[in-house]
Amino acid sequence: MPYQVRSLYRSLLRQGNQFAAYNFREYAKRRTRDGFRQHQNESEERRIQELVQEGLKTLQMLKRQTVVSQFFQLDRLVVEGGKTGKQTGSDGGIVRQKDQGWD
Amino acid sequence: MSHIAPSAARQALRIASRRYPSSAFSRASARAAIVSATGQRNYVSETKPSKATVNVDTAIKADQKAFLKQTGTKAEDATMPSTRMGADAMMSPAAGILKQATIMDEGSRPIYLDAQATTPMDPRVLDAMLPFMTGLYGNPHSRTHAYGWETDKAVEQSREHIANLIGADPKEIIFTSGATESNNMSIKGVARFFKRGGKKNHIITCQTEHKCVLDSCRHLQDEGYQITYLPVQPNGLVDMAQLEAAIRPETALVSIMTVNNEIGVVQPVEEIGKLCRSKKVYFHTDAAQAVGKIPLDVNKMNVDLMSISGHKLYGPKGIGACYVRRRPRVRLDPIISGGGQERGLRSGTLAPFLSVGIGEAARLAKQEMEYDTKRITALSNRLLEGLLAMEHTTLNGDRERHYPGCVNVSFAYVEGESLLMALKDIALSSGSACTSASLEPSYVLRALGSSDESAHSSIRFGIGRFTTQEEIDYVLKAVKERVTFLRELSPLWELVQEGVDLNTIEWSQH
Repeated sequence: MPYQVRSLYRSLLRQGNQFAAYNFREYAKRRTRDGFRQHQNESEERRIQELVQEGLKTLQMLKRQTVVSQFFQLDRLVVEGGKTGKQTGSDGGIVRQKDQGWD
Repeated sequence: MSHIAPSAARQALRIASRRYPSSAFSRASARAAIVSATGQRNYVSETKPSKATVNVDTAIKADQKAFLKQTGTKAEDATMPSTRMGADAMMSPAAGILKQATIMDEGSRPIYLDAQATTPMDPRVLDAMLPFMTGLYGNPHSRTHAYGWETDKAVEQSREHIANLIGADPKEIIFTSGATESNNMSIKGVARFFKRGGKKNHIITCQTEHKCVLDSCRHLQDEGYQITYLPVQPNGLVDMAQLEAAIRPETALVSIMTVNNEIGVVQPVEEIGKLCRSKKVYFHTDAAQAVGKIPLDVNKMNVDLMSISGHKLYGPKGIGACYVRRRPRVRLDPIISGGGQERGLRSGTLAPFLSVGIGEAARLAKQEMEYDTKRITALSNRLLEGLLAMEHTTLNGDRERHYPGCVNVSFAYVEGESLLMALKDIALSSGSACTSASLEPSYVLRALGSSDESAHSSIRFGIGRFTTQEEIDYVLKAVKERVTFLRELSPLWELVQEGVDLNTIEWSQH
């Protein structure tokens, strides 16, 4: 895989990871991975250039939409991981601070 | 939490300031006076309010850095012996002061599993819409200036995308406000047009149709039309022989939906289309649940009118489309009359951003159909196998002719509504969203011949483009646990476990 394509792949994954909404985030990562896997045996130079152009367009879209998504964050889903997400294991590492009795 | 520190600091400042005459702190004059009087700065200068506050985030970071320096382990890896919490939790000043840190199990927003009611809007669709919600605000029907031309071009482009998706000509697509309006327009329009001709006044539809089709038909019945509501077979499909027998010389229209919204069965649209064409009857299909999910071709299926909804294919709400065939021409009496937009069938200014949204959604649906179908089928099989592995569960509707994204399962001996209440962390529905407010059993399931109990205990799972495998696993686990729990509570379940057939019991009358 040439450097340009690998870089695009990484940027897409990284940018897709920025979605605040769980379902969009997972979809962006999954679609990127599956899209690149689907075309991994592409050999025609012209076709590869087309696909790369499409990927760059998608990257621009992701950059805009992840910002929008971050502006309008909602509570996390019940399946979600992360700091306020689901507890896995029994070490009790996930803590949410409650601000009680002040208002 | 972070607001406590600044207010305390501010209060301290205020108390301290009382010692000085208030003029000492008024900006220019006092300073100038003191400087000029003594020649040196010997007072406490006022500082910016932000300097006096403690930023909790940076304080935690600094604490963690110090901790790492001291112990050599990262704060989140270390466990404090006193509370057995992570050191990073202990370190947070807020948690330390309040000692009210609660351990959270999980987030609180439910999983969305109701893709038949509506689907989330794809970010790519929003991205296409945003320019038309900000800068490109022209009226697409304005032919005299560039603002109109640019939106008109975008609207025509999206018309083409929708036409491509269903194999039609762009001129045959009429934008409406949604599938309900498209259905009304098709059914009432055709019926009223034929009423003027005077001969044909009979409409055939099916008992499992969506409420808006049934209600339009009932309305027409009041106006003197004759309506045949075809029954369906126990698997949810229309019987072709029955349909053929129902068609009379005065039949104007047959309206059968492509994919049912509650049980997901795919009707034999192609055969119905062929039959209708041979009998010279118009064929309308409500394809709101089918467009973009299964391959459709209006010419191959001989469909004359088709209703499409924007928000069922990851587009915006508030827009739909209606396919109206031009050759052979389908004549309609428009419900909304006015400026003659959309071939005079649906007057009123188009919403360019919504039109662009549904167009982009249609383009994406065509592009992603293969990928989505593969994925949704896999998830659906996983869900279905897991659910049917439980005892006394049945799938409603035909297993073979079935859109995989809609799984309707009956859990015997459990009340559907109480199961929905128990599954608060999953957004589900027992039937269509229009009837979810009432506690009556679904009329679609009753039409299949299910008993009242079975119809009451049914739940519809809708899988869409954005559903993940983790969500399906979570749902399976949750449903298994809670169905078992609810059954344990039920005396009927006890009887069933003992092997008593519930139908043989003679319940005493009170």
